[in-house]
Parts: sequence; C-alpha cells; structure tokens
Amino acid sequence: MSLSAARDARVIEDEPVHHPEKSGGVPLVLRGVTRRFGEKRVLDNLDLHIRAGQFVAVVGKSGCGKSTLLRLLVGLDKPSSGFIDVGTGEGGNPARIMFQEPRLLPWQRVLANVEVGLPPEVKGARRHAIARAILAEVGLEDRAGEWPSVLSGGQKQRVALARALASRPRFLALDEPLGALDALTRIEMQGLLERVWLEQKFTAVLVTHDVSEALALADRVILIDAGHVALDLNVPFPRPRRRGSAEVAHLEGQILDRLFGTEREAPANAHQRLPAH
Amino acid sequence: MSQRNVRFNGGAVLRAGSQWAVPILLIVLWELLSRAGLIAGNVLPAPSAVAFAGWRSLQSGELLHHMWVSTLRALSGLVVGGLIGFFFGIANGLSELSRRYTDTTLQMIRNVPHLALIPLVILWFGIDEEAKLFLVALGVFFPIYINTLHGVRTVDPQLIEMGRVYGMSPWTLFVKVVLPGALPSIFVGLRFSLGIMWLTLIVAETISAEAGLGYMAMQAREFLLVDIVVLAILIYALLGKLADVIARLLEQAALQWHPAFQRMTGDPK
Repeated sequence: MSLSAARDARVIEDEPVHHPEKSGGVPLVLRGVTRRFGEKRVLDNLDLHIRAGQFVAVVGKSGCGKSTLLRLLVGLDKPSSGFIDVGTGEGGNPARIMFQEPRLLPWQRVLANVEVGLPPEVKGARRHAIARAILAEVGLEDRAGEWPSVLSGGQKQRVALARALASRPRFLALDEPLGALDALTRIEMQGLLERVWLEQKFTAVLVTHDVSEALALADRVILIDAGHVALDLNVPFPRPRRRGSAEVAHLEGQILDRLFGTEREAPANAHQRLPAH
Repeated sequence: MSQRNVRFNGGAVLRAGSQWAVPILLIVLWELLSRAGLIAGNVLPAPSAVAFAGWRSLQSGELLHHMWVSTLRALSGLVVGGLIGFFFGIANGLSELSRRYTDTTLQMIRNVPHLALIPLVILWFGIDEEAKLFLVALGVFFPIYINTLHGVRTVDPQLIEMGRVYGMSPWTLFVKVVLPGALPSIFVGLRFSLGIMWLTLIVAETISAEAGLGYMAMQAREFLLVDIVVLAILIYALLGKLADVIARLLEQAALQWHPAFQRMTGDPK
C-alpha cells in the first residue's frame, strides 16, 4: 500500500492530482467469458480487451447482460466459464463501482461516507483530510458535516463519486450512475465525470441506456446484444465534446439502428447523411 | 434565524406542557368530586390525601426503599432479557443456520403468556429475586428479539453490497452498516419491552415479594390503606412515563440521521 499512501499524502498537500505513471488505469481482459443464470446465457463466450485508461461505454437494451458484465468486472459475480483479468497494477488500488443509486450510509455524515472509500490503513486526521480534499474535487466541501438525507439527488451522487474516487482506483465501473438524475443535473455530472477521468486517467467502464451520454463521454462504445458484442465503435471526437454535432448524431444513429434492427426508418437517414462526410 | 429559533423553542415548551393538560385536569376533577363528597374516601381517596400519604411515606424513607427495589429489579430484568434478545436477534438475523435451529423454538415459547409461568416460577425459585428477574427477563426478551431480528433482516441489501464492494471486513460491515440500519427497529422493541417490564414486575411483586412497590400496595390493602394503594398505582404510571421519556431521548440521540428525527433535534450542523 506504500504507493497509494504516497499518492494520498500528496492529496493533503492539495496539489493538483497527477500520477507518476503515464496512465493511472489498468487494462481489462475478458476471454471466452460466459455467465449463465439457469439455462439462459446472459453473456456468451465474450472476448474483450480494454486498454488501460480507456473510457468505454457499454450500451444495450434491458437484460442484454451489460450490468452482468460490469458485476463480473468488479468481482461482484463470477463467470460460469472463461477468464477475466483486471490488472491490479503495482499500487494494488482496488476497482471501484458507482451504482445507479448513491447508496450512501444515511447514518453517517457526508465526510464519513466519503471515508468509506478509503482503506482502513489510512487513519485519523489524514483520513479526514483526504476525504475533505476529494469532496472538494466534486465541489461539496461545504457539505461535509451534513446528513445525506438533506442532499439533492445530484449531490448524493457526487458524494458517491467522491467515495469511489477516495482510494484513487485504477478502474472505475459506472453502473448507470446518472440514470436517476434529471436531464440538467445529468449533463453537469457528465462534465464532472469527464473532468475527473481526464485528471486521473483511470480505466472507466460506463454502463448506460443513454446512447448520447455514451457518445459524450466514451472513447469507445460497445453495444451488447443477446450476450454478444454486436458493435464496437471508436469515438474519435476531441474533448470537450459539443453536444448535438452532426458527427455525433451520425454515430448515434448508427448505434440506435443496430439496437432496434433495420426496420426502423433511421437507416435511410443515416445513409443519406453518409456522403456528406 | 435566532428569532425563529426562539419562537420555535417557545412553541416546543408549550407543546410539551400541553401533554400534561389532560392528566392534570383529571386530577383536579377527581379532587373536586372527592371534596364534594361524591367519591367516598374509603373507595378512592382524594388526590390531596394520596399526596399526603406519599409525603409521609417519602419522609419515613419507606417509599424510596420500595421504589429503589422495584427499579433495580426492573432494570436488571431488562438488561438480562434485553441482552439475550438482542443477541439472538442479531445472530438469527445474520446467520441462516442459527435461525433454523432457534427461531421455531423461540416463537413457540413466545406464544406462552409468560405470566402463566408464575406458579412454575414460584416452584423453581421460590419468591426470591430470581423469580422476578426471570419473569421480567422473559417478558422483555421477545419484543427486543423480534424487532432486532426484523431490523437486521430489513437492512437495505444494496448498502450491504456496497459495503462488501468497498472492502469492509465482516466486523466493520456489522458496526457501520447492519447495526445502525437495525437501530430504529431495535428502539421500537425497547419501547415495547419497557411496558412489558413494568407490567411483569408489578404482577410478580403483587403475588409474591418482600419489598417493592407491588409489595407496598399489597401490604396497604391488608390494612385497608386505600391512599397507599392509589399512591402505588400513580407511581407506576409515572415510572412508566419516565421510562418511555428516557427511551425517546436515547432514540433521538442515536437516530439523529433519521429524517423523522431531524426536525426535533434541529439543525444537524
């Protein structure tokens, strides 16, 4: 834990967060991963390689197995067969997950909730200081002493993000963390997520229903259908991304077409738009 | 802000006072009816007569002695029975194995009215302290057991999952997630068991004792001292209320985080 301790110590000094490594992330490798629930194969012989520090969005219809994939990646579930390697890196910093619900402990104040994300070795005043610094990163340092019940939905989710980031994870799994927020708060949170990811360069896997959210945040969008990777697209647009640009709309159309099959009217539109590029 | 606080506190005091309006009114009415001769003194003595009897008893030290004996019995029974109930509630809430082997047995015992065991208890323990301790402990055991069990089993599974993913050890998970999550329910159990505690103790003391409030009342009955009998009953009512107030204060202190208690405790900062 010495590496993480060194990193933590820097946080206290309140320097901007940067890491000695080129990339703060770890690579993720899945080989022939199958997950069965009874007779149903939720994930079927899945092969996937995610580069260290990449931001990947996983989209798909409900029940397509995307949440199962995430649970496998963070170790909440075990594959029925196949091989998963989430590189732990030298620091051994754990993978962290952000759920759709904030899942804050209502009987702990905001600061203590952030401290839940810290390893037990970090103690006393240092523990508070680190948690406070991370709370400041998500813009909530002035709410440290509040109970979670008085926060708004977006604020709670920001505390949950601070808790997930507290241990400087090298892999952050995001299970539709913005799904329950209103549209404006969601855009704000997307900006925050992008900012901390750019700062810390952890590997991020975001499961979402929202294709435009996937395109706003991710380097790469993976569409899962019936347990297979149905589409694997790079999103080469520079950051910060402008919402509603033609290229984004084109990619969004492509993904939605694949999601809903070819009977939709959209393919015609997409083809019409193609020559323009 | 400060002005609002002052007004709020004034309202709170008034509200706390208003709780006592009806009991006080009843006592005044009772006194008036007694003075008017509508209630015979040997059936129900006037409140002033009861108060006078209480004062005398207090001066002789007798009343305090009996109250002390009763309170000690009640609390030791509560501690013994409550701790056993708490322990089983936690164990059966956490462990499927423990629940499978003990819950049925406990539920069967629960359905026997514990006061029905008095003859058996007298045969086992005589009329000594053990008998009362046993009965009170048995009585308070079940509300605490059932509510602790319920509390532990209804802790939000999402929070438990979160704790696991965030690497909490089983002990940390218990102390930081399970126990605080079960606490509101445990307090409900505690308040139920306080009522049962007094009930059991009074019945036990009335039947067989050498000291205590129930004994005092039974002695007074033998000598037709109606005022002392009524005094004992009133003291029961006050002690019951006192126990409930203490439980409420504990609850408010322990459940500050709970939205239902935040208004009463004011600003959480």
